[in-house]
Amino acid sequence: MKSVVKPAQAGTLESNDIMIIVEPGANGIVLELESIVKKQYGQAISQTIIETVKSYGLTDLNVKAIDKGALDYAIRARLVTALSRAGLGPGSEG
Amino acid sequence: MINAIGRDIPEFVEGFGPVKKYLGAFNSLPEGNCYGPPIKRAAVGQSKLYHSLEDLFKSLKIESGMTFSFHHHLRNGDELVNQVLYTASRLGLKNITVSLTAAFATHAPMIEYIKNGLVTSLRTSGVYGGLALALSRGILPTPVLLHSHGGRPRSLRSGELKVDVAFIAAPSADDRGNITGVIGKSACGSLGYAFPDADYATHVVAVTDNLVPYPLIPASIGQNKVDHVVLIDSLGDPQGIVSGTTRITKDPVGLHIADTAAKVIEASGLLKNGFSFQTGAGGASLAAAHFVGQMMRAQNIKGGFALGGITGYMVDLLEEGLFGNLFDVQSFDLESVKSIARNPNHLEVSSDLYANPFNSGCLVNDLDVVILGATEIDVDFNVNVITGSDGVLMGAAGGHPDTAAGAKMTVIVTTLLRSRLPIVVDKVITATTPGETVDVLVTEYGLAVNPARADLRDRFVAAGLPVKDIQELKNLAHKMAGVPQTIAFDGPIIGLVEYRDGTIIDVVRAPNL
Repeated sequence: MKSVVKPAQAGTLESNDIMIIVEPGANGIVLELESIVKKQYGQAISQTIIETVKSYGLTDLNVKAIDKGALDYAIRARLVTALSRAGLGPGSEG
Repeated sequence: MINAIGRDIPEFVEGFGPVKKYLGAFNSLPEGNCYGPPIKRAAVGQSKLYHSLEDLFKSLKIESGMTFSFHHHLRNGDELVNQVLYTASRLGLKNITVSLTAAFATHAPMIEYIKNGLVTSLRTSGVYGGLALALSRGILPTPVLLHSHGGRPRSLRSGELKVDVAFIAAPSADDRGNITGVIGKSACGSLGYAFPDADYATHVVAVTDNLVPYPLIPASIGQNKVDHVVLIDSLGDPQGIVSGTTRITKDPVGLHIADTAAKVIEASGLLKNGFSFQTGAGGASLAAAHFVGQMMRAQNIKGGFALGGITGYMVDLLEEGLFGNLFDVQSFDLESVKSIARNPNHLEVSSDLYANPFNSGCLVNDLDVVILGATEIDVDFNVNVITGSDGVLMGAAGGHPDTAAGAKMTVIVTTLLRSRLPIVVDKVITATTPGETVDVLVTEYGLAVNPARADLRDRFVAAGLPVKDIQELKNLAHKMAGVPQTIAFDGPIIGLVEYRDGTIIDVVRAPNL
């Protein structure tokens, strides 16, 4: 069982960006995804988010993502920042 | 049946009839004679003036099953369509066909009039806003017919579209039916899309909110063509009719695309004295016009005419002497409205003269270059401007297919991706403009040339422009964004895309919403 200690968020609702909110969880990795390109890229976005979360060794996390057409690198960057702000890794003080 | 660009279209559509198959951009020829409206008479001393739409409806015996027509120069400020349909609904009419040259968010009340059985058929060049979404969900009992600006006057001439009552929004009118769009609180400039309606409708009704003393001079449409004049309080909201000033984009990506497009025009060899040009009002298209203007200035080139929807930007080029004439079918901003009144070489033209393929010669035939946008373009250069990447109606064919067919060089400008979605695709969801009429695609990652135009390709390579294969651009988009999951479009047909010659180039199927 590994999660974050506090909620945090990163990103914006601008076009081509994604807003990601992470919260401590207890029921595995639970992703709630809204995306303007969900039909075309929903699976790809979910996969990017879940793989990135797992790369931290996390087993429990609530993730809410509101996507406005972000590319993969932007999704990863926003998620890494949110996790960092939630107490994981560098920048956690922010 | 499969048409000339490989689209599967039905042979017969309920509520529409037999479908004419698209055979190629120039392969269907006109047949028969022009349709004619009844011969008319205005007796000496007979008044044409009404003070309410309801009086007009009762006097003309406007009834269920008729076809009403409207033009869209008041754009998102238009209230006339809503007022006419409200009146028809109050009087209990049903089964009305609406021909509206383009529908905007302001026309969302039509959704209710479709639900209550007043409006059962719609012909338009495109639909924006809430009505678009409702139509995509299939609320209309018959598919919406999507035509081009040139295709509509063709269908009026042929009698495929017979209008019982043309409601012409007239920002100024006199009581004899001389009208203009150039002055009045609802001024919109050119009334070009309404000109053919005044020629072919059984009843031609000018509706105005600014009645001026007789005679109104100069009139765009004269008293010899207008049967009735209705004075109402307001045609709409001036804020939604014309924008203040249309500005060129500041977005560096858009500017880069525009700069490349201008270099493409220079390298094409078409930029010389007498150069004729059309561009849209979109930020990148206008920016391309800006760069083309710079080149013309630097090389002392005097252009012939500029055409289309006109913006203040084109007016500046006219007044500077860089172009000899503007032909204006629709005025996009206040500057272009004012310019019609002030510049004798800024001419208001009908959609028939603008783009009808089946008259004795339309203006698009003499275009050297047109710059156009796309919501999608496929590897065969077919362009979609009607539906989004999700298949939902969201735009208008407008003059896109017409100008592409007429111009010596058609340039599509677009970013390679839009909100992650690749714009260059294997097959567009909805074909609006056939690839055989599209020559060049310009993106921020380089340009692609239709293989049929090796002549242009050679010129661009010689000029050192970043020429790529269109497949290469598509693959690059996939590399950046990933390959999108395919969406199945197997719902019922909610729209028919009519090519300018009256054949069906594609159908729109209800997306899975």
